Amino acid sequence: MSSSVPASSTGLSVDAPVLELRALTRTHGSGVAEVHALRGVNLSVHTGELVAVMGPSGSGKSTLLTLAGGLDTASGGEVVIEGQALSSLSRKGLAALRRRSLGYVFQDYNLIPALTAAENIALPRELDGVSVRKARKEAMAALEEMRLTEIADRFPDEMSGGQQQRVAIARALVGDRRLVLADEPTGALDSETGEAVLALLRNRCDQGAAGVMVTHEPRYAAWADRVVFLRDGSIVDQTSSYGGAEALLTAEGAE
Amino acid sequence: MSIRHGLLALLERGPRYGSQLRTEFESRTGSTWPLNVGQVYTTLSRLERDGLVAQDGEDDAGHALYSITDEGRVELRSWFETPVDRANPPRDELAIKLAMAVGAPGVDIRAVIQSQRGHTLKAMQDYTRLKARALADVPTNRDEVAWLLVVEQLIFQAEAEARWLDHCESRLVRLAEAAATEPAARTGTPAERRSAKAGGAGGARAGTRR
Repeated sequence: MSSSVPASSTGLSVDAPVLELRALTRTHGSGVAEVHALRGVNLSVHTGELVAVMGPSGSGKSTLLTLAGGLDTASGGEVVIEGQALSSLSRKGLAALRRRSLGYVFQDYNLIPALTAAENIALPRELDGVSVRKARKEAMAALEEMRLTEIADRFPDEMSGGQQQRVAIARALVGDRRLVLADEPTGALDSETGEAVLALLRNRCDQGAAGVMVTHEPRYAAWADRVVFLRDGSIVDQTSSYGGAEALLTAEGAE
Repeated sequence: MSIRHGLLALLERGPRYGSQLRTEFESRTGSTWPLNVGQVYTTLSRLERDGLVAQDGEDDAGHALYSITDEGRVELRSWFETPVDRANPPRDELAIKLAMAVGAPGVDIRAVIQSQRGHTLKAMQDYTRLKARALADVPTNRDEVAWLLVVEQLIFQAEAEARWLDHCESRLVRLAEAAATEPAARTGTPAERRSAKAGGAGGARAGTRR
């Protein structure tokens, strides 16, 4: 079942979190104008786990994700990815870690307009030193997983919003990355395509990745192993579904 | 929930005995609304009394068989053709609880909302797991398809509840803000307005005047 934790392929112990947020804070401005976007958030995400982050707008969801992805710098606390504290890395080291370990799905896709679907997906692999041919092969495999091979050679402005979103997700998943961070990955998708995207993220986590997804859609959050609720920059609650679905249904029947 | 019509629908496919009906009802609905055999026989005898089913001999193992009558078929047809009544919604405990929590002394309504939201989301996670499992192989037979529809209904219902809870929370926050600023805007000094605003932002109680 998807709640089981597959053996880690990273050489790290299975129990070591892939992503760890330690007392993470982010403050914007200072003095009277000081805004606390995040107030001491602790969160561990392990191999095999998909975590959904929910909360009203302004609760700190996106801040949490950009900090976890090393796209922004924390005011306090620490982000640790596969045992490496981001604050200990040089800019170059951080860029390399982001390329190798981390797939990031942006809300507005962030595809490069001058590159085709396949080239967009292959680019991070090529930057990693993978040969052009191999990167292309991996990109085609990722497109196939998304059932998008027919648009491999199209440019972003020749794709629908849903196709762009799926290409962005394929780019985040290509090449065995062990941490996937997704900001509203189903934003522009109809419910069936959105569900297919979630099934894919779920599947990738079941195969040994760890994922964090920001969403305001309960239906998509329900695909996660854990739902974390943020309010005013703090985690106020979280769920897990390890109780098992059968227990839920048979409990009522047990009279 | 209409057990009567559920049983009529199953009997339309041919004569059946009590525990067989129970098994078939449950495999259609994935045991979401389990029946006990007693309920099945009670319902059958009422259906028989109303002339909608009739006893129809025994099978080889000696089980008493029931079949649907012509009158039963008419009743079943009309059930399918008539929309389920939504004019008199059943009492909803959660709606009643929140209605009572508005302005209740010592009750943090946002905490009530959050605790329900967590619980509802957890139920959705569980249903979603069942659904993902049901979809792992494309459902082909009648029971699998029926069960998928039922589990999706559970998901949609829970989703509606989760969305409504989100809405309640933001509604209360907005009402609290409005209640905090409005009277002060008319009568107070800027300082009073500010302090009224700060006091109202935390609690939903200011939204309770009506």
